[in-house]
Amino acid sequence: MLIEVILVFFIVVVGTVGEMCVTRAMKIIGEVKEFSPRTLLGVPIRAFRVGWMWIGFAMMALAYFALLGMLARANVSYVIPITSLSYVVGAIGGRWFLGEAVTHQRWIGVLLVCAGVVLVYLGKG
Amino acid sequence: MKVAADLRFKTYLLISMLIFFGPIGDLLMSKGMRRIGTAPSWNPAALLHYGFQVFTSPIIWCGTLAMIGFFISYTVVLTWADYSYVQPASALTSGIAALLGRFVLGETVTPLRWAGIAIVCLGVLIIGYTPPRTTEPIDAN
Repeated sequence: MLIEVILVFFIVVVGTVGEMCVTRAMKIIGEVKEFSPRTLLGVPIRAFRVGWMWIGFAMMALAYFALLGMLARANVSYVIPITSLSYVVGAIGGRWFLGEAVTHQRWIGVLLVCAGVVLVYLGKG
Repeated sequence: MKVAADLRFKTYLLISMLIFFGPIGDLLMSKGMRRIGTAPSWNPAALLHYGFQVFTSPIIWCGTLAMIGFFISYTVVLTWADYSYVQPASALTSGIAALLGRFVLGETVTPLRWAGIAIVCLGVLIIGYTPPRTTEPIDAN
């Protein structure tokens, strides 16, 4: 049981914080205003020069291995609905870590998405 | 006003691209790998042949390109849009995956799953009415 709680923590919290670190790296790069293929391809390359990108990727890799470990222990129909908690962590982290304005309206949307994702996976035929 | 409309338009465009490329990439990779099958043995020659089959599969290449498209769309949209806006919106990929499963692979989609997709769409619609960007760019220094 304890190992499953730890794995879920890595999937939901560490994975989402990793994505937020990637977001921070992208915000440092600044808004892309030109959409030529050269510019678009250059964006991920520039991103890897920012430390946050590497931290984010390392955390996402940990979350990925935790997901594999969890899938080896439990059914996907049990694991994936739990991972939808990452939308809640994303909204909280967006507010506190990235300084985004998460309004009541956005919160309602996030909770609906969470519930919807749970139903999508529970309804897998 | 024009700036806000432009920002919203390009955010919608990039999110549409990522919810298109993500499930297409998954579908193509899964189709390609299923066609090739599992590695026959751990024999180095057999593994080399297996790797060659994967590397020369057009479906795997298309899947890889779709995944690169997903990654670029995702990172580019995050250069301006809020993470708490993009992350839940990207949940639409589960809806697209279900639609692809139903209409491309002929899988059965249960009423519960359709209900889930409808609720995800409603949630994304509500988030879509909030401003895509509520922060300023971060100074690298």
